[in-house]
Amino acid sequence: MSDLTKMKVAEARDALRAGDVTSVELTEACLSAIEGADALNAYVHKTPEIAIEQAKAADARIKAGDAPSMCGIPMGIKDLFCTKGVASQAASRILEGFKPEYESTVTSQLFDAGAVMLGKLNMDEFAMGSSNETSCYGNAVNPWRRGNDDTQLTPGGSSGGSAAAVAADLCLAATGTDTGGSIRQPAAFTGITGIKPTYGRCSRWGIIAFASSLDQAGPMTKDVRDAAILLQAMCGHDPKDSTSADLPVPDFEAMLTGDIKGKTIGIPREYHMDGMPEEIEALWAKGRDMLADAGAKIVDISLPNTKYALPAYYVIAPAEASSNLARYDGVRYGHRATLAAGEGINDMYEKTRAEGFGPEVQRRVMVGTYVLSAGFYDAYYNRARKVRSLIKKDFEDVFAQGVDAILTPATPSSAFGLGEMKDADPVQMYLNDVFTVTVNLAGLPGVSVPAGLDKQGLPLGLQLIGRPWEEGDLLNTAYALERAAGFVEKPAKWW
Amino acid sequence: MSIDTDTAARVAKLARIRVEDDQLPALAQEFSNILEFIEQLNEVDVDGVEPMVSVTPMRLKRRQDGVTDGNQQDKILSNAPDAREGFFAVPKVVE
Repeated sequence: MSDLTKMKVAEARDALRAGDVTSVELTEACLSAIEGADALNAYVHKTPEIAIEQAKAADARIKAGDAPSMCGIPMGIKDLFCTKGVASQAASRILEGFKPEYESTVTSQLFDAGAVMLGKLNMDEFAMGSSNETSCYGNAVNPWRRGNDDTQLTPGGSSGGSAAAVAADLCLAATGTDTGGSIRQPAAFTGITGIKPTYGRCSRWGIIAFASSLDQAGPMTKDVRDAAILLQAMCGHDPKDSTSADLPVPDFEAMLTGDIKGKTIGIPREYHMDGMPEEIEALWAKGRDMLADAGAKIVDISLPNTKYALPAYYVIAPAEASSNLARYDGVRYGHRATLAAGEGINDMYEKTRAEGFGPEVQRRVMVGTYVLSAGFYDAYYNRARKVRSLIKKDFEDVFAQGVDAILTPATPSSAFGLGEMKDADPVQMYLNDVFTVTVNLAGLPGVSVPAGLDKQGLPLGLQLIGRPWEEGDLLNTAYALERAAGFVEKPAKWW
Repeated sequence: MSIDTDTAARVAKLARIRVEDDQLPALAQEFSNILEFIEQLNEVDVDGVEPMVSVTPMRLKRRQDGVTDGNQQDKILSNAPDAREGFFAVPKVVE
């Protein structure tokens, strides 16, 4: 039975349709794998009853001949998605006990297509973090280790539980969200594939908001084909999200031909960072060669404002977060602090938020409050928005020169040890997102593809950045890269 | 820009997050480090650049200003830490 959990979505879909396996069998195999994997702390709310019920319904649908691609596929859902009647707390103490009365648009689309929910997945609190260490549930743990060294490593963040669950075969696929790299960095750290689509592709309705102008949902999967299948089921226009794009959704899977002859791939010189490990430089060069061998034309390009992406992000994202998180006041949902005699409503707000938010969330809410406050709004917030316009223009300029996609490393290092960054300055942790954050600021699609192992035996990823709304073309380039890289390694089971 | 403890206290107050006095110096130091990082933005020439409003050029859709939802008071209140007689209950606001 354990082999069932190793299946990819496309394989499982075909096997389900052929009647070689049932969704209940697949689901039970995943549930038993999850039961044996508490050491990874990937699932934080398990929903076996819902899963079995959904699997039975999916089997009936498949039997009746009405089976969309996702029908009967067991998957994990990041805790940031509101799921009706199931705890959805963004890994925050402040949403303890919160059970939404509604379903997010992305999860309703997946469930309408017949997908099965195994449970909710660990993450950084409110998606603020790059190591899954800010979660109120404790760290999620990377199934990969440095050879025989039993040091626990981060699966990355914020979608760390999703990455760990997919890499350890605790589901066939998972949802993630990405505000500054939260799908792509954990995907790279765990040897899986993750795509953040163009801003507006996936509805944000029902996804607990962090920074609304940057947040996007996307799939985290075992390969590029699965990413195409999931993305197709997840995206589409939603009148409930005013920034959701009213554009047709192409058949992404059908666009995976692997033929990238004549495509132009840009290599941005500003992504060569001081102090970047040689292995990452080497992998990047290898990726360049693989795409050239596949028939693409490689050009060196410049994205001159790259250096300013992280500082701009650390103004804009906290500013939006301070506004979005103002709703957690202890009145309508979640945690409320116990008040002493004589304490009033302001004490309630202040104590509730001090108890309910962890240190990183508090820090970002306060930085956001500061950069939006009278006297600093222009100097910080407006300046950052202007720099954001320049960063977007950098990309528009290279696309206008005929570049179809841009190849970069996904992360500046492989997975680091949990706790290793404990004493570091918060800014050091922010550097994890140096290659991914530009893509959110410019609203572009970006995909992380596993491309090799470093000398410690840990996976490394390459990132491809595409033109807006061209996820199909981007996934096809990623597919060509995946085929050339031939990454098939899996973590050795220790949990 | 270096942030002093008074400013840190004021920001915490604005954000409605209780920070004990003995924590303020560390918080002020953290803010200062983050702001120092952010201040790299001052190197950029932004003259004549429009601040970004929307990352994808789109015109927001309009809709009929009509009621499409409602009659679910029990659902609205179901997650409240304190709900009484169909209302959210909070400590006394007006003396």
